[in-house]
Amino acid sequence: MRVALFLTCVNDLLYPDTGRAVVTLLERLGVEVDFPAGQTCCGQAHYNTGYRHEAEPLVRRHAEVFAGYDYVVAPSGSCVAMVRENYPRMAERAAAEGRDSGRGLAAAAAAAVPQTYELTEFLVDVLGVTDVGAYFPHTVTYHPSCHGLRMLGLGDRPRRLLQAVRGLELRELPGAQECCGFGGTFAVKNPDVSAAMGQDKIDNARSTGAQVLCGADNSCLMHLDGMISRQNTPLRAVHLAEILASTQEHPYQTPETAGKIR
Amino acid sequence: MSGTYLGLPSFPAAAREATRDGQLRANLRHATHTIRSKRATAISELTDWPQLRAAGAAIKDHTLRHLDHYLLQLEEAVTAAGGTVHWATDADDANRIITALVHATGHTEVVKVKSMTTQETGLNHALAHAGITAYETDLAELIVQLGNDLPSHILVPAIHKNRTEIRDIFTREMTHWGRPAPDNLTDNPTDLAEAARLHLREKFLTAKVAISGANFMIAETGTLAVLESEGNGRMCLTLPDTLITLAGIEKVIPTWQDLEVFLQTLPRSSTAERMNPYTTLWTGTTPHNGPRTFHLVLLDNGRTDTLADTTGRQALRCIRCSACLNVCPVYERTGGHAYGTPYPGPIGAILTPQLHGTTTPLDASLPYASTLCGACYDVCPVAIDIPDILTHLRERITQGGPTTRQGQKTTIKPAKRHRLEHTTMRTTRWTLQHPTALHHAQKLATHTRKLHPKNPPGTTTKAWTTTRNLPQIPPTTFRQWWQQHQKQTTQPTQHTQQAPHTEKAQPAHNTEQNELTPQTPQTPQNGKSEKGQQNEKGGRQQ
Ligand code: SF4
Repeated sequence: MRVALFLTCVNDLLYPDTGRAVVTLLERLGVEVDFPAGQTCCGQAHYNTGYRHEAEPLVRRHAEVFAGYDYVVAPSGSCVAMVRENYPRMAERAAAEGRDSGRGLAAAAAAAVPQTYELTEFLVDVLGVTDVGAYFPHTVTYHPSCHGLRMLGLGDRPRRLLQAVRGLELRELPGAQECCGFGGTFAVKNPDVSAAMGQDKIDNARSTGAQVLCGADNSCLMHLDGMISRQNTPLRAVHLAEILASTQEHPYQTPETAGKIR
Repeated sequence: MSGTYLGLPSFPAAAREATRDGQLRANLRHATHTIRSKRATAISELTDWPQLRAAGAAIKDHTLRHLDHYLLQLEEAVTAAGGTVHWATDADDANRIITALVHATGHTEVVKVKSMTTQETGLNHALAHAGITAYETDLAELIVQLGNDLPSHILVPAIHKNRTEIRDIFTREMTHWGRPAPDNLTDNPTDLAEAARLHLREKFLTAKVAISGANFMIAETGTLAVLESEGNGRMCLTLPDTLITLAGIEKVIPTWQDLEVFLQTLPRSSTAERMNPYTTLWTGTTPHNGPRTFHLVLLDNGRTDTLADTTGRQALRCIRCSACLNVCPVYERTGGHAYGTPYPGPIGAILTPQLHGTTTPLDASLPYASTLCGACYDVCPVAIDIPDILTHLRERITQGGPTTRQGQKTTIKPAKRHRLEHTTMRTTRWTLQHPTALHHAQKLATHTRKLHPKNPPGTTTKAWTTTRNLPQIPPTTFRQWWQQHQKQTTQPTQHTQQAPHTEKAQPAHNTEQNELTPQTPQTPQNGKSEKGQQNEKGGRQQ
């Protein structure tokens, strides 16, 4: 089984810990992971902001880089949704517009789409595991990001994985299915609404009394953690992969910027 | 609110005001959450909901594809039943036709049953200008009218007002429009409803002309349908001598039987009711029963332009149930006024810029009034892929491209405001296309990370940092770690497993080397040795 890690651009630069956690976790489960060095970005920010033409070269590059792997795994539901849902759509539109790149895009979409999995899908559906042997002695509440929840239909996979973690106490997040307000460039184009939504999400998370707000998409966590750290709230935003990678021997250690879990 | 949509600011500015209004947000939150959960229950009762949803979408799509045919069939059927059909290309046209029709009756007062289409054309203002007073008879519309306000919701136009505010409006304003509010009116809902009932009854009993909207128009029979909850609509539709209906051309459906789908999906999606309380159907005129004269004004006002757009035309399936508003996290925080037209929320964000074009700052800001969370698509009873249309409209704004305005195909230029953004997008795309350039940029960012200011200048960064901290750039990128990790895993004798987070204690300049050093002594029982075996089974080391 040739598995490629599609780390996503946000993780590569800002959240390398998540990438390390995915590698550690998958290797612990016996998966041989490769990281194709040519990867950069799936083009989601460009596409969602209205720059479809600018996103097209990124689609072709992405498909080339990941061609030939049995599985491509990413710790980000929204980037996976971009590949699986929007690549074919982009190919269709380009073809309808009669642009040459249309054919290239259709091939690119066909090459990239079928084997691209979000991390929890890969664990549960492909590897068939829910107990990944993790240990994380903290109270956790889980925010399902919108694209994972609605576009990919991840369902209860993340929660099943979390429930199997030893030492972890899972607390229900009120209004879990509501958007956190990140929304890519929405966060800066409509900062007031974005912050109002983020605040409600944080208030809901705090009301559970959990120490950790877990998510499976670092872009949403970046927005929430940005508010949490500004407010000095006793809550840590942690990516699901890092919780699953944590074991008794190698427990989760907070990154230098994040401080301790209280 | 001034009772007119003219001159409203673009969405982010209007939203800023709204998010700061604590009372407004509390009212909205309470109302949308209540109706949201009721709706979910009402939908879950139907085992064939997905089929009904697909059927609704299919009926509407089919009709839109053959719209010319069904509209002509409708005209023929309405005429045969004793009605008169008028065609209006735009708002002014519609208002002119209706004003003339009212003038011809010799009356200067009309009652109205809630119609968003008349809000769209600004009919009340046009009538007032021509010396005709229009009385809104839907309870919520009445509140909005008396308060010289604008509707904030498709179904609950006064959603943004609470009981006390409504009591104050009644006490202050009713007297200027007809029967005054009773003395010492309380804010008890029953008392408020009774005050409205007495006030409106006078109107119903004296009005000779009524103006309505329509939820559906059946091409086969020429029948029109209005669905409402209060019965006030039925009064308007049956008591006056003359009935004038204004409806968008997309409201037509082919057959009587097609109604069965929408009579199930619309009430459950909008008010969470199993069956609609008042469904009034009329076909032309009937001797000794109902209005003697019936006029149907069919409104285009940008609809055929919308139809010409293969992605955006889905918006014309909309049956105005308002379910998308009630689940929208953005609407919940801003209310309807921020959207600047009678169509707020997700449907407004895709419909308004299509009907108007995307040239004004407000219209160009609407497609960005969403996080693309997809909740609206999930609830829509006719499966309109709202997030997809939003992205599509953003494209039209940023990249320009072909579109249809007033029946003419044109190519619009990218919006000026987005020029700087476009340059940024092009540069980032170029960098992302050239991994070496990207890696250099990343290295530079990590090496200079200690120098980055907490609140860097620039409006975009400011929009982020007003309420949020920026993430700090870690000392190493994942790529750098990966190179070291790969070296380790390809040398089985030195096999060690890294804990996922080892960099935190390391100084930035020395990270790569430190990462090679295991932080924790390895024990033979840990995951590492298993991994070693599995790697041997794998292919990479051989
Ligand atoms: S877009 Fe769909 S959910 Fe929204 S009002 Fe129209 S029919 Fe209802």
